[in-house]
Amino acid sequence: MKKNIYQKIWDAHLVAEPEGEDVILYIDRHYIHEVTSPQAFEGLRLSNRPVRRPDLTYATMDHNIPTTDRSMPIADILSRAQVETLRKNCAQFDIECFDMLDPRNGIVHVVGPELGLTQPGMTIVCGDSHTSTHGAFGALAHGIGTSEVEHVLATQTLRQKVSKTMEVRINGQLAPGITSKDIILAIIGKIGTSGGTGYVIEYTGEAIRSLSMEARMTICNMSIEAGARAGLISPDEKTFEFLKGRPMLPQDRSHGELVEEWKQWASDPGCSYDTLVELDAAAIEPQVSWGTSPEMVSGVSAATPILAEVADVNKRHAYEKALEYMGLTEGLPLQSIGIDTVFIGSCTNGRIEDLREAAKVLRGYKKADSVKRALIVPGSQAVKRQAEAEGLDKIFREAGFEWREAGCSMCLAMNDDKLEPGERCASTSNRNFEGRQGKGGRTHLVSPAMAAAASVAGTFTDIRNWKYQD
Amino acid sequence: MNPFTIHKGLVAPLDAMHVDTDQIIPKQFLKRIERTGYEDVLFYDWRFLDDGKTPDPDFEMNAPRYAGASILLARDNFGCGSSREHAPWALHDYGIRSIIAPSFADIFFNNCFNNGMLPIPLAAEEVEKLFQQTRATEGYSLEINLPDQQIICPDGAKIPFEITHFLKQRLLNGWDQIGLTLRHEAEITAFEEKRAAARQG
Ligand code: SF4
Repeated sequence: MKKNIYQKIWDAHLVAEPEGEDVILYIDRHYIHEVTSPQAFEGLRLSNRPVRRPDLTYATMDHNIPTTDRSMPIADILSRAQVETLRKNCAQFDIECFDMLDPRNGIVHVVGPELGLTQPGMTIVCGDSHTSTHGAFGALAHGIGTSEVEHVLATQTLRQKVSKTMEVRINGQLAPGITSKDIILAIIGKIGTSGGTGYVIEYTGEAIRSLSMEARMTICNMSIEAGARAGLISPDEKTFEFLKGRPMLPQDRSHGELVEEWKQWASDPGCSYDTLVELDAAAIEPQVSWGTSPEMVSGVSAATPILAEVADVNKRHAYEKALEYMGLTEGLPLQSIGIDTVFIGSCTNGRIEDLREAAKVLRGYKKADSVKRALIVPGSQAVKRQAEAEGLDKIFREAGFEWREAGCSMCLAMNDDKLEPGERCASTSNRNFEGRQGKGGRTHLVSPAMAAAASVAGTFTDIRNWKYQD
Repeated sequence: MNPFTIHKGLVAPLDAMHVDTDQIIPKQFLKRIERTGYEDVLFYDWRFLDDGKTPDPDFEMNAPRYAGASILLARDNFGCGSSREHAPWALHDYGIRSIIAPSFADIFFNNCFNNGMLPIPLAAEEVEKLFQQTRATEGYSLEINLPDQQIICPDGAKIPFEITHFLKQRLLNGWDQIGLTLRHEAEITAFEEKRAAARQG
């Protein structure tokens, strides 16, 4: 029987199918971080259970840590306690931890792939919804709650029900200036934030095949914003090339041997899915979100919606509320919206390629005076070092951006990087929820190139008309 | 975990689609390392005025008639966004035992069951009717009967709901899922050994 990648990984990880219960699925990789793990370790201690496979578990600190000077203790007492708790738990249960000052530190979904810990055919979980990022490597990866974190620590398995599968096929080639962030926002705009609920998505098609691994990660990352359980892409030569020589790959096999193993996971040609969604790559415009849900998004040449044209009453109500929160009126051209802040970073768009894209736009320009603050926060310390080696940090600084240490930062604003009430931000992160970047803050989701261009223009602007200076 | 069998309680409306977990509990409250004590920060940004203390009179759930509610009515895609289990913990600490909505986000849905709470997906029209009845009748209560998979309205009307066999058994018995899985420890070990052997072979 021809199988798609999800069915292959599922079948290969079935431990048991107890009568009348959800199946027990083996977990190959478990990532943990400071915010969603303390109660899980506490649970283990209370019930006197060990961590079954500390060797398959890796910890990083990312959500809560400062992106400014790290030589001083964390000022916020609660954040500091949380970071120290993770440190202690890792020591007690013998788990490797990429601590704040470790050169391998960074956002969990940037670090895993970078180190080669994320590999094709794996099952990967983490107490974080953007675990779907790792699907870019042809791994079945998804977020779990803290009780499930405890379950995986104790048993190295997870209880699961089989999901339906959705093929999202992006035909043809993207227009110049359009990035994978625009693809995924356009998909979410089309199917909605609950369009993927109950499904695992596989992204296929010519446009997906042409994308780099970094760009593929951006797409899989936001699968969760489409409501999907996971999103993945069958591994190919680009996957293998990216992984080649990464430090934490199995050391007992050659690259050639690993590639032979990895290849088998790709979906069989002619396999089937429960649903198909198709998009024409050439028709995708640069995207800008205007509301408080990632599905409230449009091409940059469009305007905010006219409420009377929204037929569904609950939807109209939601749009009305969103426009009010965002401080926008109906039918307002997106390119007329001025911004106060720019944030480039996060597990969606904090990789080296994202920074290169932003730097390409910013070279020779300065941010507009009306833009009060512009932050660049690399996804990992390795990305930061690479960017500095390429001189990107200079371009950013000259353009008036702040150059920070790696972390989640203003993506969720748990540390000091946050919006003030009413501040409007062009952000490369993944969620424009009310208050996500700070209470009363207004988030517009865009690609790194669009965020960089907006910082110069002071308003959203169409990247397809940008005059690059090189 | 306490079993969930038959629950009777006051209903409160939360009339919004896509209620995300950032809204259910904002990030500044995720810094604690405990599992309980989140009742006062549930829906923090909506519930309180800017001083963080005074209840916002515009937030419907704040009306005195809904005080002590244990069943929450909501719209589509409830619990979307981050995987934080602090969201069901906060709802639970506040006293919510069951949530009725047309649809739920996946991770949130699972998290509820790990905390002895019952999320019930119902057709949008049914939910709309419940919203109307809740608002029209002060003290509107429902009885949720899990063994029979029915919601019993004050007028005696019965609304059937779906739940998988496994989830139902877990709630009815208050089972600890880890204990349940560890009964299959031998199979987990066999799986690991088989794999290790295949790697070497
Ligand atoms: S960068 Fe944002 S979305 Fe990604 S893990 Fe951190 S907080 Fe979550």
